[in-house]
Amino acid sequence: MFTYTLRRLLFAIPTLLVISFVIFALLDLAPNDPTGDLPLTIPPEVREQIRASLGLDQPFFVRYMYWLQQFFINEPLNILEKLTGWQFGDGHRMRVLSWATRSPVVDLIVQRMPQTLWVVGLAYVFGILIAIPIGVISAYRQYSIFDQIGTFVSMVGYSVPTFFTGVLLIVIFSSYLQWFPSVYDTNLQVTDISSFVAQMKQMVLPVTVLSLYNASQITRFVRASMLDNLHQDYVRTARAKGVKEKAVLLVHVLRNSLIPVVTVIALGVPTIFSGAIITEQIFRVNGLGQLLIIAVQGADIPLVQTLTFIFAVLIVLFNLIADVLYGILDPRIRYD
Amino acid sequence: MKKLRLLLVGTAAALAFAGSAAHAQRGTDGDLKILFWQAVSTMNPYLSGGTKEVYASSMVIEPLARYDEKGALVPMLVTEIPTVENGGVAKDLLSMTWKLKPDLKWSDGTAFTADDAIFTWQYCKAPDGGCAQSAYFEGVKSVEAPDPHTVKITFAEPKPYPYSAFVGAQSPIIQKKQFEKCVGAAAPGCTSANFGPIGTGPFMVKEFKPNDVITFTANKNYRDPAKPAFASVTLKGGGDAASAARAVLETGEYDYGWNMQVEPEVLATMLKAGKGTLETAFGTQVERINLNHFNPDPKLGDKRATKEGGPHPALSDPAVRRALTLAIDRDVIVETGYGAAGRPTCNIVPAPANVASTKNDSWCLKQDIAGANKLLDDAGWKKGSDGIRAKNGIKLSFLYQTSTNSVRQATQELVKDMWSQIGVATELRNISASVYFGGDPASPDTFQKFYADIEMLTNNFDGTDPEKYLAGWLCDKIPTPASGWQGENEVRYCNPDYDKKVAELSKTADPAKRETLSKELNDMLTEEGALIPLVHRGSISSHSLTLEGVKMNGWDSELWNVADWSRKK
Repeated sequence: MFTYTLRRLLFAIPTLLVISFVIFALLDLAPNDPTGDLPLTIPPEVREQIRASLGLDQPFFVRYMYWLQQFFINEPLNILEKLTGWQFGDGHRMRVLSWATRSPVVDLIVQRMPQTLWVVGLAYVFGILIAIPIGVISAYRQYSIFDQIGTFVSMVGYSVPTFFTGVLLIVIFSSYLQWFPSVYDTNLQVTDISSFVAQMKQMVLPVTVLSLYNASQITRFVRASMLDNLHQDYVRTARAKGVKEKAVLLVHVLRNSLIPVVTVIALGVPTIFSGAIITEQIFRVNGLGQLLIIAVQGADIPLVQTLTFIFAVLIVLFNLIADVLYGILDPRIRYD
Repeated sequence: MKKLRLLLVGTAAALAFAGSAAHAQRGTDGDLKILFWQAVSTMNPYLSGGTKEVYASSMVIEPLARYDEKGALVPMLVTEIPTVENGGVAKDLLSMTWKLKPDLKWSDGTAFTADDAIFTWQYCKAPDGGCAQSAYFEGVKSVEAPDPHTVKITFAEPKPYPYSAFVGAQSPIIQKKQFEKCVGAAAPGCTSANFGPIGTGPFMVKEFKPNDVITFTANKNYRDPAKPAFASVTLKGGGDAASAARAVLETGEYDYGWNMQVEPEVLATMLKAGKGTLETAFGTQVERINLNHFNPDPKLGDKRATKEGGPHPALSDPAVRRALTLAIDRDVIVETGYGAAGRPTCNIVPAPANVASTKNDSWCLKQDIAGANKLLDDAGWKKGSDGIRAKNGIKLSFLYQTSTNSVRQATQELVKDMWSQIGVATELRNISASVYFGGDPASPDTFQKFYADIEMLTNNFDGTDPEKYLAGWLCDKIPTPASGWQGENEVRYCNPDYDKKVAELSKTADPAKRETLSKELNDMLTEEGALIPLVHRGSISSHSLTLEGVKMNGWDSELWNVADWSRKK
């Protein structure tokens, strides 16, 4: 297993390099311009100067090499310096700078990570917690009223887009009932009970929207996987031996059914980091998803490049984790 | 005139006094919550140039003088506006002198001096800095400080309209001490200065979260001890216009919402909640249809839409251009797409009132389908079996492009229908705004390249003087491959008489004569059908009914008088 993991990790390096090049090339080929959003009153000569000051007058390959150096050498060194207090060289390294804010991209990401982890991460956890019991009961009582309703709700949850459910919840709970705020206050510091309640209140709507969506997806997997196992011979054997029904279901069937579900969940973890772009935008949660969409709209290429590349790293990494987990959970699978 | 001015100053002073009497103390009204649905990226307008950044920074850093809500210049950091009469502008129009108010302080307590103004000019003209507002300093030969309270600007050539450098929200003064090490290529590296500039304005930056939220606190050293009434400001960004409107008008979570570009009927429903109101201000923005004077036929290859490609086969006929103008019903377009934020117009210079012409309103503002049809019949454009007019094998069938935006697509549909009534066919196309306005010379889809017959966009000019704007239709401003497809004359209009008049305007200093010349130039463009002005667009913002003192401004930052805002008691 160890050599397998090591081999996969080594393979990931060329894969990621190719991915970074493809992203860079795609962004460069896209007919976008960082001065496109500026008022037309800014004359063309000035726009040309702005582009030059962003380094856009350099050839494509030079800019790609700069980015590689900034991202793979300068930024890690910077993080190391901050963590350890050591000093490498004179400390003046070119960092990856966002074009719109002219500030280091990594600082922007660090600033936004907590909100995304809180809101989107929590929604993912809730989604899983809701999905598993519903999936189990739906499978155990297949075609019962509960199963029918569960299937209907998860189909609706899966097919209705979050930009609809989000706005619907705002109209009901913010505009009409006025229970929860429609705008996420990112300056709120949790210091006492009342600010904690305020934080909970502002998280309710975005978390609900995302939980519904996540739960709908995972429920389907749990149900299908449970159904597969319920009809297996070992279940009949267990029942014939007189094992209690509860133990049959929760110990024998559920444990075996969760093997594919765990991999699905692990593969979904990178989507937490990429944020729920639309939901964050609707509720104005300053997470990574919102950062990405603003960067795309403003043609802030270094920011888009760095964010998408980090997502690519996470996807590659969690694919590996899912494979390894599968091997650990299911003794029948061996990689070596 | 003098009496009137005295009266106005008197009223202003009385109003200011009355205003401060109502809330005689600074910081008594709590937190002001402002919502911009496009988040602010930086607080340094010299590095960004975007409207949202200019507006947000206007609460902190100030120019020497601003435009008020009527478009008149008001002194901010100076004692008076220099003119030729008061000796502030030299008779030869080669220099001007600003007198700073005494005892001005930066928010960090240090003295504000003329050196800071000189530094601001040097900061913006530094090579490799990519200063977004360098056009404001165009023609400035030097900025000097004869004494610490005097700023003298010398121009390279006589400037009949000298109010540009250090005037308006786009060219505020930054502190020399803070930005000294941030000149030129070093500018982007100074993140903390760019995110939290020290200013002379009513508020100072407390915390800046890029692309998200800014918190401001009242500036302890602000020149008026009774202002601002609010102790702090929270400026939240992001989302979309409709939900921003909801947060101000329906849920009341925010006090002020910028740029409510929402369908008029949606806004009307939200207003029924009774929590807020809308304010509009009209600057110089005009949504217009550009008619390509050159041939954009793809068969021409490299010569597409250039002089070498020849004139447009159909649109070079003045009768066709006039008929297209006549067929448009501007009232319908305003009603469906703009509501209170638009007015029908036939002028490319729609404001300020003293330069807005009314000459063409009589024939152009009213839709005249019969007249347009007759014009085309007389010019020999005959309807074919498909209902489309043609002459010598050339059909009146046009490609009509614009940026992707729901209001623009609705307008396209309406115009297409209006033109179909005079036998003109149109094919509609929309292009993502960042490409269309992106100006990338390699892209075939920019509005400057104009690889279409007809296109639609909005443009405007900053400030109140249209000279530079009108100079955009000079023959040599036509975008060409040689100029990297840059140039303001996208319609490719070229008229030697027009060029002569623009040259005359640039030499005229007398205000009355300038107004007449500007109007004549504006009228020429409409009459000759260089383009079709459609809608004079206003900016529309919303604010809570509990907020007092908002004076919407179409000439400067909307937040220009935020120092005077207060909470209704």
